[in-house]
Amino acid sequence: MMDLQEIQRRFAAAMMAPLKPSDAIGAKTIAGRSVRAEATAIVKPNDRLTSVERLEIYSRSYWFRILDALTDDFPGLRALLGDGSFHRMARAYLADCPSASFTMRNLGSRLTSWLEGHQDFCRRNPRLALDMARLEWAHVEAFDSAERAPLGPEDLLELDESMAIGLQPYLSLIEAQFPVDDLRIEAQQWDEDVRTSLARKFRRRCLGLKPAPIFIAVHRFEDTVYYRRLDEAEHHTLSALAAGLPLISAIPEDADADQVKGWFTTWSRLGWLCRPESA
Amino acid sequence: MPANRFNGNSEYGIGIGLRIPHYQHILENKPPVDWFEIISENYMVDGGRPLAILDRIRERYRVVQHGVSMYFGSVEPLNRDHLRKLKALVRRTKTPWLTDHLCWGSVDGRYTHDLLPMPYTFEAAELTARKIREAIDFLEVPIAVENVSSYAEFHVSEMTEWEFLNEVVERADCGILLDVNNIYVSSRNHDFDPREYLDAVPAGRVAQIHIAGHSKFEKYILDTHDHPVIDPVWDLYEAAIARVGPTPTLLEWDDRIPSFDEVHAEARKAARFLPAQVAAS
Repeated sequence: MMDLQEIQRRFAAAMMAPLKPSDAIGAKTIAGRSVRAEATAIVKPNDRLTSVERLEIYSRSYWFRILDALTDDFPGLRALLGDGSFHRMARAYLADCPSASFTMRNLGSRLTSWLEGHQDFCRRNPRLALDMARLEWAHVEAFDSAERAPLGPEDLLELDESMAIGLQPYLSLIEAQFPVDDLRIEAQQWDEDVRTSLARKFRRRCLGLKPAPIFIAVHRFEDTVYYRRLDEAEHHTLSALAAGLPLISAIPEDADADQVKGWFTTWSRLGWLCRPESA
Repeated sequence: MPANRFNGNSEYGIGIGLRIPHYQHILENKPPVDWFEIISENYMVDGGRPLAILDRIRERYRVVQHGVSMYFGSVEPLNRDHLRKLKALVRRTKTPWLTDHLCWGSVDGRYTHDLLPMPYTFEAAELTARKIREAIDFLEVPIAVENVSSYAEFHVSEMTEWEFLNEVVERADCGILLDVNNIYVSSRNHDFDPREYLDAVPAGRVAQIHIAGHSKFEKYILDTHDHPVIDPVWDLYEAAIARVGPTPTLLEWDDRIPSFDEVHAEARKAARFLPAQVAAS
C-alpha cells in the first residue's frame, strides 16, 4: 500500500502539471510520469467520473486559483503584455516557481528575477515589462509590510552625521526607464467591459515610449499605497541610507543644504525614516 | 448555545464571514452581527490596511479565526513561521477558538493553496492528530477542524470520511467545525447518505457549524460559496442542530459576493432552527 507521503507527492505532481491550452489536465506530471497512470493508481473512479476526471477538478482549480491571484497583483504587466501573452507568461512562471509560502500574497515574489531570464515572454519591450513587474511587486510589499516606529522631527534633531538611519520595510526604491507608475495607475482604472479596447490602445502607445531614467518611491501612507517620484540625488541618498551607510556617506558632498533639509522634512512627514534594524 | 471546551465555552450565535467588499458598509453602518469569522491568512501580515481594518472591526464585533493553510494532513511538519504569525494574530483578535480544515495541501515545501481530501487511513489519522495536538499546544487556543468537500476518493482508504473524522478528533482531542454544506456536496459526489455522516459525528465535539451555497454541474457538485444555501442543506442544518444543539453558525459567501444586507439576510435564515434567545443574538 502506498504510504501517505507517496500519495501526496504523486497526487500533487499530477495536479500541479501545467494545464493544456484547452485547460484540460496536463499529460505528464511535474515528475514526468503519465497523469493518466498516476490518477488511475491513486484515485478511485465512480460511475460518472474517471480517475483522471476527478483529478482534473483539482488541477483546474489549482491553476485557476494561482493564475487569478497573480493576475490581481500584476494588472500593469497584464495590460502591457495583453491577456493572452500575460497568461502564457504566468503559466510558465508558476510552473517554474510554484508557491513556497502559506499565503498567495507571495506568489509574485520571484517574478521579476524570473522575467529577467525569460525575456521572450516580455513581447516587444522587455525593459518596460521588467520595470512594471518590479513596481508591482513593490506595490504588494508596500500594502502590508511592517511599519516600524517612525523618526519624528525631534528625533532628527538628535542625529549626527556618523549615524545611520533605517527606512521603513514597506518602502521600495525603484529606478526605471519608463513611467510605469503612471501606466499602472491608468491600467488599474479600466472597467472590465472596456478593458480590452483600452488595453490595445495602451499597448500601441507604450510602443512609442522612449526610455529615460525615472526614480520612484513605492510607499504607504495612512494605509494606502502611493508612488512618489524622486529626483536622482534624492533617490541615491535614500538608496545609500537603505544600504546602511551613515549620513555623512549617504548625502552627496555637493548637495545643497536646503535641499537636503527639504528631503528629510518630507521623508519624516511621510514616516519613511526609522531607526536601523540593528538599533 | 452549547458552549463547550472546543469553542472556548463561548455563547456565539449567527455570524458571517468578513469580506473586503463589505468593509465600508460594516464600518459606516455598524450592522448588528453577532460575530465575524475572518480568514486568518488574510491578516497574518506585518502591517497596513488589513490589520488596521481588523482592529476597527474588533472595536465593535467579536471575531473568530478560520484558517485555510495549516494543512494538518500534510506529511511535512507544521511550518514554524506560519505558527508564529498565527499566534500573533490569535493574541491580537483574542479568538476564543480557532478553526482550520481536515485536509492536506502542501508537499515538499510546495503549496497548492487548496483543501485536498485525505486518504482515510489510520496512518493519516495518526499523523493528522499529532499535528493538531502540536498546534493546540503552541497556539494555546482550542482548535476545531472542518470537514472539507471533496471530488476524489483514494484507493487506499480504510474507512469512511466520518469514521476518519472521528479517529482524528478523538486522537487529537480537538473540536469539529461541522460544515453541513460540505457534507451535502461530498455525499452527492461520493454517493453516501449525509444523515449517516451526521449521525456519526460526536455531538459534544462540535464547536461551530458552517453553511454555504454551492454549484451543481452535470457530473459533480462544486463547493463554490457563491450562491444562497439550498433547501436540502438547510434540512441538514436543521438535523445537525437537533443533534448537537444550537451551535455558533457561520455563513460562508466567498465569490460573486452580493451586498452585505443580502449575505446577512441569508445567514439570518439559520435563526429559524435556533431557540428564540439564540436567534435574537
